[in-house]
Amino acid sequence: MFNRNRLISGGSINRNKPINFKFNGQSLNGYEGDTLASALLANDIHLIGRSFKYHRPRGILTSGSEEPNALVQLGKGSKTEPNARATEIELYEGLEASSQNCWPSVKYDIGALNNLFSRILPAGFYYKTFMWPPSAWMFYEYFIRRAAGLGEAPKEKNPDRYEQKFFYCDVMVVGAGATGLAAALAAARSGANVLIVDEKPEMGGYLISSKAKINNIDAKDWIKDTLTELNSLSNVTVLNRTTATGYYDYNYITALQKVTNHIENSNSKLPRERFWRIRSKQVILAQGAFERPLVFSGNDRPGIMMASAGQVYMSQYGVLPGNSITLFTNNDHAYTVAVDAISKGAKVVVIDLRSNVSSEITKLCEKNKIETYNSHAVISTHGSQKVNSITLQELSEDKQSFVGEAITINTDLLLMSGGWNPAVQLFSQSRGKLRYDDQISSFVPDVLVDNQYVIGTNNGDFNLKQNLIDSQNAGISAAKETGNKKDIDEFISEANEPNEFTTSDVVPYVLGSKPVTHGSKHFIDFQNDVTASDIFLAQREGYISVEHTKRYTTTGMATDQGKTSNVNALAIMSHIQKKPVGEVGHTTFRPPYVPQTFGAIAGRNVDQYFDPQRLTAVHQWHKDNGAVFEDVGQWKRPYFYPKNTETMKEAVNRECLAARKSVGILDASTLGKIDIQGPDAAKFLNLIYTNAWSKLEIGSCRYGLMCNEHGMVFDDGVTTRIGENHYHMTTTTGGAARVMSWLEEFLQTEWLDMKVYCTSVTEQWTVLSICGPKSRDLLSSLTDEKIDNESLPYMKMKSIKVCGVEARVFRISFTGELSFEINVPARYGKYVWDKVIEAGKKYNITPYGTETMHVLRAEKGFIIVGQDTDGSATPSDLNMDWIVSKKKEDFLGKRSFIRSDTAREDRKHLVGLLINDKKTVLPEGSHIVEEASKKPPMKMSGHITSSYFSPTLGYPIAMAMLKNGKNRHGETVLIPLMDGKIIEATITDSVFYDKEGVRQND
Amino acid sequence: MFVIKCPYCGERDQTEFSCHGESHIARPENPNEVNDKEWGEYLFFRSNPKGMHYERWTHDHGCRQWFNVKRHTVTDKIIQTYTMGEEKPEDDNV
Repeated sequence: MFNRNRLISGGSINRNKPINFKFNGQSLNGYEGDTLASALLANDIHLIGRSFKYHRPRGILTSGSEEPNALVQLGKGSKTEPNARATEIELYEGLEASSQNCWPSVKYDIGALNNLFSRILPAGFYYKTFMWPPSAWMFYEYFIRRAAGLGEAPKEKNPDRYEQKFFYCDVMVVGAGATGLAAALAAARSGANVLIVDEKPEMGGYLISSKAKINNIDAKDWIKDTLTELNSLSNVTVLNRTTATGYYDYNYITALQKVTNHIENSNSKLPRERFWRIRSKQVILAQGAFERPLVFSGNDRPGIMMASAGQVYMSQYGVLPGNSITLFTNNDHAYTVAVDAISKGAKVVVIDLRSNVSSEITKLCEKNKIETYNSHAVISTHGSQKVNSITLQELSEDKQSFVGEAITINTDLLLMSGGWNPAVQLFSQSRGKLRYDDQISSFVPDVLVDNQYVIGTNNGDFNLKQNLIDSQNAGISAAKETGNKKDIDEFISEANEPNEFTTSDVVPYVLGSKPVTHGSKHFIDFQNDVTASDIFLAQREGYISVEHTKRYTTTGMATDQGKTSNVNALAIMSHIQKKPVGEVGHTTFRPPYVPQTFGAIAGRNVDQYFDPQRLTAVHQWHKDNGAVFEDVGQWKRPYFYPKNTETMKEAVNRECLAARKSVGILDASTLGKIDIQGPDAAKFLNLIYTNAWSKLEIGSCRYGLMCNEHGMVFDDGVTTRIGENHYHMTTTTGGAARVMSWLEEFLQTEWLDMKVYCTSVTEQWTVLSICGPKSRDLLSSLTDEKIDNESLPYMKMKSIKVCGVEARVFRISFTGELSFEINVPARYGKYVWDKVIEAGKKYNITPYGTETMHVLRAEKGFIIVGQDTDGSATPSDLNMDWIVSKKKEDFLGKRSFIRSDTAREDRKHLVGLLINDKKTVLPEGSHIVEEASKKPPMKMSGHITSSYFSPTLGYPIAMAMLKNGKNRHGETVLIPLMDGKIIEATITDSVFYDKEGVRQND
Repeated sequence: MFVIKCPYCGERDQTEFSCHGESHIARPENPNEVNDKEWGEYLFFRSNPKGMHYERWTHDHGCRQWFNVKRHTVTDKIIQTYTMGEEKPEDDNV
């Protein structure tokens, strides 16, 4: 194999293991240990993709997770991943990746025309241009979204598996560079349970590619020894490829671990990613710092890279990305990179913005024959798809103008270094406060939150030895805080590196060949294509606050959250506003620290595990008998049972008529059931329900309405007195949990002295509701007890044996028919159901579902709380004054009935509607108007809450909440439909069938 | 995400709990005797302080008990948890 830019030795890649991969269809190779970025650079491929807005050619800027440019579409089909950072993708056999946001190809991209028109596409362009007419935005948006953008989401369902793990530890260390490792080691030796995570496959941070020494051995070896010890300790968990993504209250941290992302066609049982949810007593942040780009004209061309990244590619991957290298810097650190590059055989020129450099640097340059230009700036770069030359010019003393002639020099790699920004994102998420440090021209941690440490370069400190000592002490101290006080020996004696980063000036931008305010391409935010001139524009147009500038220009709003751009944007704002950067302020960092897959957040909670399913004891029978199911809360309830080719309407009509004419059976097990016991139970029910409960006899049932303290109906149901101090309450299916909480709330917070105990028994009972004129004959055949109208009258309960099983039979009715609700212990539910069905064959027993139940109850005008009510209806609004006790001193909601708004006469009331054409079934939710016009708006006076075709009556019926409806019976209202038709309906009472209740009362 | 010390079960993750707003708002002893303003205050008005807040929580996915939490709304620090019926602690840190 052949890699044009690969050095003959060096790096931590495995040269015995070549790997084949494809980029934009081209077959290439690299080595095990390469990232996609290092392998592409080894193959001298610098052009990776096109930029978001201007479609400018872009290359690789960094070597880590802060990468804003080198985003690729990774993989194919259902597993494809958009916007994957090439700097983080580990190379594996058969990897396929392609460029994004370009057509027809990355080299010849039509969208690049945007670059030519960039003068008319400044910040805010879309807002200004596509405002009018407002209705056309959807049309514009389609094209804008197509033109501007990043990768494509997969169109198929992701077949990968994701796991979640909860984890608790004493000390969590984020970042496994030298400082993180030292802190972890100190905490671990002190006896604490330690978790250390690092986003890279190889731990050690920037020291892996440096010539630093720790305790007089190579830093690389010290890292290796430390990791060996950490891995050997049972109280330490070491996770590589794991990025802490969110830092929340009380040291709750989420972390995303790449488990098999980097393995081709992983057939193992391991998930693709694992999402860690960590609670750590102490947290030590040791995430290091990001190098800051310099802002100059054309700083985004492929072949322009951060100096630190250049060093990583040379040292860690054995790749020399260019042979004729130019370094553009404002600090000493870059000179280390220059020396390294020379030792690898490159020709190096250094351009330094500073007028004076230290004598050591001067000596270093002389010794290594490095050509230097002090007080010079790169003013433009050239090359269509990769940089091939740059122009520089000498700066005046005050750096405000140029002196001398511009010089153009050839170069194939431009490395830049503008100083370092501590990675304060997680710290900021934790609500730690930042301060601007003039020494390093960046934000550093200032006020920490509880149980937290920030160490090393993450804290803005750049002396290796001091950092290691601080880290060791932080580890010891964190362990102590968690009660691990084992005395340990200090283990850092000496540390140094060739050229430490000391200070850097902040350079808002470098003067260019044309003024920065005139559409020059001084890029700040590479991912969102924001330039220095956009920041100027925002200030000119009044978007001066940092939050406004951010949103107007979109700087820092890309998926990299401005890791490389934020400080530069603030520096320009500070320059324009003529106030210190610290006073300009900064925006808040939000999770996630790096983009995170939804799959990992969801974990296993997908498909049928997304929400628990609740099934009744009879569920299998419903399935076997062709039921179509409906979700009611978490319950699966039979909706209707179509026979052969029946439509829903046909099935429901058949079920309704069977229930009215012979016998129907409904699985009512899902109704909420609460067992209430205690000497104060009656007193309690009196306060909970609107009607009176004191005189209810044992064995009697009563319907009740519950109101909240605002006087609004929130649940209903039948409650039965089982014994002296024992009641059986039923609630709506969806409201069961809410009612249970409501009862507990008042027992625990208001009426603490009441002796009442509530137990949810919904799942303990199977409820078979049989109804229809033949239901008594059917039940008689299954029990020895007498159940005639005298023995078991309407609204009574009897404990009897049904099919040999102890049962509570309630004679209550939600359909208006003679009806029995047979409650048996759930374990006998299926048995009794089968027996009832068997015995019912004689009467052509018909199972019916929730839709038929709804039709039958609507014919009788029975409300469904939550369908006919919406939390704004009083009992009176529902024509249910009869159920509100006038005598009771108090019950929940009572006082609110006399509030002026609640007592108002013209509130919306529940009414029945008969459709004048006798055939239109109104859609539920339709609006009712008094006067119809051709198109909206029309004045609305109510809405349809329930609407069905009534098979019993042979015409459609509806229920509605209508303004002043109570007083308007007989009047006509209009219901405009979506298709433009206007339907007339007559207001009536809401009871449509058997108003006297002869059928249910027998 | 908080760690909340349930007075009955000990420290648990916030996901096990739910919050029910301000505590120590007593239901009027006899609602019939209060005027609309007083009733309205009981129903609708809450202190919403910047600083120490007393609130009701339930340990839904645990003992299902209601209890009180004293929390600082700026720092989100939970200062104290205590059972229903216990006296309201001093407002010390505001």
